[in-house]
Amino acid sequence: MKNQFMIAVLAAVLALGATAPVLAQGGPLRLTITDGVIEPLPFAVPLFQAETAGAEQVASDISRLVAQDLNGTGLFREIPQTAYISQMGAFGAPVAYPDWRAINAQALVGGAVSVNGDQLVVKFRLYDVFTGAELGEGLQFAGTVGGWRRMAHKVADAAYSRITGEGGYFDSRVVYVAEQGPKDNRQKRLAIMDFDGANTQFLTDSSTIVLAPRFSPSGDRVLYTSYESGFPRINLLDVGSVSKRQVQTAEGEMAFSPRFSKDGSRVVYSIANGGNTDLYISDLNSGASTRLTSAPSIETAPSFSPDGSRIVFESDRSGGSQIYIMSAGGGEPQRVSFGAGRYGTPVWSPRGDLIAFTNQESGQFHIGVMRTDGSEERILTTSFLDEGPTWSPNGRVLMFSRETQGAGGTSALYSVDISGRNLKPVPVQGGASDAAWGPLQP
Amino acid sequence: MKMTTKAMLVLLAMSTAACTRPDRFGGADDMNASAGGAPLGNTMPQGGASDPRSAEYFQQTVGDRVLFVVDSSSLTPQGHATLDGQANWLTTNSDYLAIIEGHADEQGTREYNLALGARRANAVREYLISRGIPSARLRTISYGKERPIEVCSNEACYSKNRRAVTVISVGSLS
Repeated sequence: MKNQFMIAVLAAVLALGATAPVLAQGGPLRLTITDGVIEPLPFAVPLFQAETAGAEQVASDISRLVAQDLNGTGLFREIPQTAYISQMGAFGAPVAYPDWRAINAQALVGGAVSVNGDQLVVKFRLYDVFTGAELGEGLQFAGTVGGWRRMAHKVADAAYSRITGEGGYFDSRVVYVAEQGPKDNRQKRLAIMDFDGANTQFLTDSSTIVLAPRFSPSGDRVLYTSYESGFPRINLLDVGSVSKRQVQTAEGEMAFSPRFSKDGSRVVYSIANGGNTDLYISDLNSGASTRLTSAPSIETAPSFSPDGSRIVFESDRSGGSQIYIMSAGGGEPQRVSFGAGRYGTPVWSPRGDLIAFTNQESGQFHIGVMRTDGSEERILTTSFLDEGPTWSPNGRVLMFSRETQGAGGTSALYSVDISGRNLKPVPVQGGASDAAWGPLQP
Repeated sequence: MKMTTKAMLVLLAMSTAACTRPDRFGGADDMNASAGGAPLGNTMPQGGASDPRSAEYFQQTVGDRVLFVVDSSSLTPQGHATLDGQANWLTTNSDYLAIIEGHADEQGTREYNLALGARRANAVREYLISRGIPSARLRTISYGKERPIEVCSNEACYSKNRRAVTVISVGSLS
């Protein structure tokens, strides 16, 4: 039953891809991200110019990372430098378009890097090779030498954004649970890293269980569940100072599954009392709490819509766990998931159009997406245990946890785009779970 | 009435704070503290498993845990029998408090399993109350799927991980 459905969905996606024009040949450079399978757009990133003495290494590192970011999306394909017919001249000098057309580079990223003391300046220009014109204005980013990766991510975000017409996601961070040790003695602590696994920093030690961190809308704070007090409670952590405090919640034996409101001032979460789990919302400053659901069933994993007017959550009020949407103030929820198996951990897309979820069916777990009315469900992944999707800032990619089975089972982070393409592990040192993808950094 | 319950809960929390540790969990060796961490308490009778007042006796002879079927918090007949024994023991040893830990197997999301573990712990708590144990001596916690005692990924292990474990400690409420 389920398999037939999934095959039908896949067929629909493939059919869409076969007919969707993804790159208008002859017109200006434009890649439209569809839900179908596309041919990656060929691009070239020649070595960025070093404009000051000694900037050669960082110029090389930045241009390689820009290429890696774009390649990693699966939407673009880098043409190897060994295929180049000519090199780029000085930054801003006329481009030998025929040499780049000859190797079928459709987009060309030019850049220059200068270093003065600890100051790093990166300039970049994007060229549409086939029309022989610059795509957008030149841009300049300034930062520190130690922050060179962020400068590269910003260049890649600008290139991605100009070619696709959508926001990027490279200059962003992910908070997650770093895991160590065997299954029956697993140590967990909070960690934060760049979206690509670089610059890992631990935020807590592993002296107690920590679960499911969630970023504030601006990425400056993190809510998570901690057993520090001996019982599950919600903690609020300031990312900059790494200081934390317990959040005042409604009374209950356990508080867990927190998530920020869209303005970052409130937390929606679950309280378990007398075996019954319901949803509550509390003001992070005053601690004032409101109960949102009052049902004998399990209500958990709440997530706000981008406009803050609605909350999507999971409930087993109908038997198995399913996805429901209610007004942000509570009230009668509408069930939106009706496929086979159980549905949980719904997360509203930052674009507002989709809900990502975990689906459990016939002994397998899936990450999927559906429209907010439950239609057009697409199952994107399958494994022994996939769970906990989180959205990229532009709503095009999902990151999630994948745990392998058996005594030696470990958890790792993976990403996949919303068409189900480009499934790949996120390079993280050690085990990792419960990722939350933060916003683009300012 | 409500005030009284609250006050008792606070008292309970205070009295258990000294003899519990965060992340303690109902592994088989937990009472011997070999699972890592401090001993549960240093005021326990030291008579070992042969002493019917000892924690080891409660754990090994009375039985400190009940098991559940998939996605259920219903007590089985065998569970009832174990809990009758626990209730008798707790009635006799009235200076003990108990924290009931609910656990789930790995088949389920983290959040759902936390809520499911809370249901299981509460099923045990309510049964013990129905057998005359004062609610103020009982507290529940869920570890969801965070603390498996068996590590294989099939029913042989899952059936042991879907458990509620009654962890006793000496308190001073009496």
